[in-house]
Amino acid sequence: MSDPVGNWLDIGPTTQIEPGTARTLPVEGGDEIAVFHTMRGEFYALVNKCPHKQGPLSQGIIHGDSVSCPLHNWRISLRTGEALGDDKGCTPTIPVKVDAGRLFLLREAVIGPRAA
Amino acid sequence: MNAQSKIDPGNGAPSREKLVVVGNGMAGCRAVEEILACEPDRFDITIFGAEPRVNYNRIMLSPVLAGEKSFDDIVINTAEWYDENGIALVSGDPVVHIDREIGQVVSRSGRVESYDRLLIATGSDPFVIPVPGHNLPGVVTFRDLDDVDRMLAAADKGGSAVVIGGGLLGLEAAHGLALRGMKVTVLHLMPTLMERQLDEAAGWLLKNELERRGQTILTGADTAEILEKDGHVSGVKLKDGTEIPADIVVMAVGIRPNTQLAKAAGLEVGRGIVVDDHMVTSDPAVLAVGECVEHRGACYGLVAPLWDMCRSLAAGLTAQPRGYEGSVTSTKLKVSGIDLFSAGDFSGGDDCEDIVMRDASRGVYKRVIVRDNRLIGAVLYGDTADGNWYFDLLKKGEDISDIREALIFGQAFAAGGALADPNAAVAALSDDAEICGCNGVSKGQVVSCITAGAHSLDAVRSSCKASASCGSCTGLVESLLAITLGDDAVESGPKTLCKCTSFTHDDVRRLILEKQLKEIPEVMQELHWTTPDGCSSCRPALNYYLLCAWPGEYRDDERSRFVNERLHANIQKDGTYSVVPRMWGGLTSPKELRAIADVVEKYNAPMVKVTGGQRLDIFGIRKEDLPAVWADLNAAGMVSGHAYGKALRTVKTCVGSEWCRFGTQDSTGLGVKIEKLTWGSYMPHKFKIAVSGCPRNCAEATIKDFGVICVDSGYELHIGGNGGIKVRATDLLCKVETEQEAMDICIAFIQLYREDAHYLERTAPWLERKGLDWIKGELFDDPARVQRLGDRFRLSQKYWQVDPWAGRARGAHRELHSHLAEVRPLKLEQA
Ligand code: SRM
Ligand SMILES: Cc1cc2nc3c(=O)[nH]c(=O)nc-3n(C[C@H](O)[C@H](O)[C@H](O)COP(=O)(O)OP(=O)(O)OC[C@H]3O[C@@H](n4cnc5c(N)ncnc54)[C@H](O)[C@@H]3O)c2cc1C
Ligand code: SF4
Ligand code: FES
Repeated sequence: MSDPVGNWLDIGPTTQIEPGTARTLPVEGGDEIAVFHTMRGEFYALVNKCPHKQGPLSQGIIHGDSVSCPLHNWRISLRTGEALGDDKGCTPTIPVKVDAGRLFLLREAVIGPRAA
Repeated sequence: MNAQSKIDPGNGAPSREKLVVVGNGMAGCRAVEEILACEPDRFDITIFGAEPRVNYNRIMLSPVLAGEKSFDDIVINTAEWYDENGIALVSGDPVVHIDREIGQVVSRSGRVESYDRLLIATGSDPFVIPVPGHNLPGVVTFRDLDDVDRMLAAADKGGSAVVIGGGLLGLEAAHGLALRGMKVTVLHLMPTLMERQLDEAAGWLLKNELERRGQTILTGADTAEILEKDGHVSGVKLKDGTEIPADIVVMAVGIRPNTQLAKAAGLEVGRGIVVDDHMVTSDPAVLAVGECVEHRGACYGLVAPLWDMCRSLAAGLTAQPRGYEGSVTSTKLKVSGIDLFSAGDFSGGDDCEDIVMRDASRGVYKRVIVRDNRLIGAVLYGDTADGNWYFDLLKKGEDISDIREALIFGQAFAAGGALADPNAAVAALSDDAEICGCNGVSKGQVVSCITAGAHSLDAVRSSCKASASCGSCTGLVESLLAITLGDDAVESGPKTLCKCTSFTHDDVRRLILEKQLKEIPEVMQELHWTTPDGCSSCRPALNYYLLCAWPGEYRDDERSRFVNERLHANIQKDGTYSVVPRMWGGLTSPKELRAIADVVEKYNAPMVKVTGGQRLDIFGIRKEDLPAVWADLNAAGMVSGHAYGKALRTVKTCVGSEWCRFGTQDSTGLGVKIEKLTWGSYMPHKFKIAVSGCPRNCAEATIKDFGVICVDSGYELHIGGNGGIKVRATDLLCKVETEQEAMDICIAFIQLYREDAHYLERTAPWLERKGLDWIKGELFDDPARVQRLGDRFRLSQKYWQVDPWAGRARGAHRELHSHLAEVRPLKLEQA
């Protein structure tokens, strides 16, 4: 089901990620990606590293469109990857799209070099 | 074949351009109407329709199913309309081929029609989940009149219906079938009904109302297969094994633009047929409109955008260019008696502000989303009177800063100029106006209680009861405080549970019991949460309060738990986990030690350490390996140590009378007994116990939450100790003579703490807040109290004293321990 141009990487059906949870996608030679499904049904993908001390964001509590890091409770925006509130820092985001019940990540953002 | 090309009729009349329309649905016919309105004589028109009937209003199929309308009522264009406008309708004969080279279409029956302009309006196809059994007779979709007829035929025989999909279509199908007397179950994959239009709070209200009407709604229900008996559908089986009998299964899980014809004809197709602002496809002679198109990246599934598209199409064709710019959509559910409205973008965001109003007594939930002083989304449940007003503000993108404060109260309130200031509006109320409906308190009463000295919200709540029950009048009371005292003189009350609510921990705990609130969204609705789905502070707290209040009934919400309690292991700074199995009272055996040693070697654990809690901690385990590690430990008889939980942690013991020359009682044995009694119980915070065999206190019982010091004449019971950040020695609670009494009081104390303390409050600060005398009074004033608390603790243990590792080791929640997939870029590039 991937695009003819092959820009998007099909990572499987949306049903693999329950709303309010996240799952991980290791990339060989690159950064692990966390794919989030919010309680309101949206999907986001971020590098699975907190800008603070690399905490695995996939394991945090998801509320609204943010995740609270499991290590020291920074709140990270799933839309922008920015730390919210008084904390400063940003995690790279990966464009996601949903098509016919399947999840796609922008291929170049998954495997390409990434500004960290 | 009766090929018709552009033949001059020969009577000298100029030949008209030939327009062929594929799709006799809502968009196709509307486009024709718009074109006729602009230039009635320009085209010679033929419409092909796959359905064997005239054009009708598809959205009214729901009322037809529900028995509120007949087919005749919903026809849009009768046969006469086609005749009067000289339109040839070819119905029941779908187009199967488009030849763009020569400008022809071919229908299934072989009819060939030439065109100058072609309009594709093929709508969408219902999406069918390809589970085993999806082709069985009795599995239907909900798209056209034939589908409705199939459902009506099934309903005539009675029995059960299963509707897969809790979106707009599914719920309308379910409603119709229920009205026709079928027993209806709706299966919805997501936890919230209509999650694309509703947020969690509104979805919960809707679910409640449908259940009250007798439908069964299963959320989080993932269909595994459709069951068969005698060649016909007989039920649905879910992935968790549940089977639901069904005489008919309606699949309403979504739609997909119908693009096959266009794709085969080589037109540019993305998700839909790609069109420009005048609905022209990649071939200038071919137009497309309706659900089958993709415009500026968007596909639509509602009719309002189609009307705009059709206008732009006609304008473009007839040379009055006015392009289509996309649409904002709004949704209403066509189920009688349920008022529900949603529009725009309600997913929120960093730069967005949510304004939430809940009125529990009327079952109302309203939420508007504002960005840059503009309304960008709205969700209304229970009271949709202002839906159109919000939708209008939204479409016009009006600046709402002037009415910001009163926006959520609706048009009547916000539009009233001076009244836009809620304080002014409240000031204008008469003295006998009712402020608090729950407790029947008037404005005059609230004001006099404020002037009599109640200078905070909390003081008002406790003196005249206003806003003490459901809290929906909190805003009004706050206004009255501000008006009466001036903004600065209002005292802030005790700390609220978190920013999402004006209630304190105590209020929330009390109201959960009083109002019998049993789910997180229910608490948020009834107690007027100001955010749609809470935050990382209130979700875990509510989850705990509910599981403590309703043991056995409440279904734990893993998503509201901190990662350690979700993965039943402690997360480490490098993202691996540590695993601590229980060693009862600090005792171990060669078998346990061997199992731990084996795990350390088998999973290459970089470190194993004796903890400060008298047991062993295995470090550096990956989340993928946790279930296997637990399986190995389980096999040696070990269970979770809850070293990760707001739960009973360790029961530390010393060697006691069995070996120690000073020991007065069997402290080790008692410790083991206490741990076996109390393990597995979740608490407001972690809870540690110790039993020392004599006052030398080698088990450090006087810095534990509950400590036992054995003495010759019995057992001294100590409470409220803490060895952590702020060291606190215990207070002596009482002295008892037997082990049994010690254990009875231990669990009564634990239960009192469980039922009273605030989430994340250890026993030490709790004791200091409540006072030792209060605790003694609660436990001992009424001689039956210890027994009753103990009974409640044991009831809870019936459900919670289970080893969470064992389930995981058997494969439960496998998704938490596995990756979605792995990406190996090189191989991918080659593929
Ligand atoms: C493993 C252990 C240290 C050790 O190697 O000995 C330990 C490790 C941690 N302790 Fe502890 N505590 C350990 C015994 C203690 C003790 C001693 C005891 O239990 O007898 C104390 C003081 C006694 C007490 O709690 O009153 C202790 C007081 C704390 C505190 C401060 C609590 C307080 O109320 O002030 C924290 C922080 C907190 O809970 O917020 C903490 C938090 C932690 C955390 C969970 C930090 C964290 O949030 O990640 C550490 C987790 C490491 C891990 O992944 O395993 N740990 N911690 C001990 C595990 C005991 C066990 O077998 O379960
Ligand atoms: C039960 C129900 C309730 C709904 N309720 C609402 C609502 O409350 N509000 C709302 O805004 N929207 C609602 N909708 C959605 C709305 O009906 C659609 O958005 C609208 O009908 C789309 O119009 P369309 O012309 O693109 O597609 P359609 O109306 O589906 O028309 C497409 C037509 O093309 C025909 N066709 C397909 N392929 C061919 C071919 N090869 N040759 C010839 N003909 C072909 C099809 O048979 C169909 O008749 C509802 C839909 C359903 C099914
Ligand atoms: S004392 Fe601090 S560093 Fe050591 S285990 Fe406890 S929390 Fe971690
Ligand atoms: S690593 Fe995320 S908050 Fe510290």
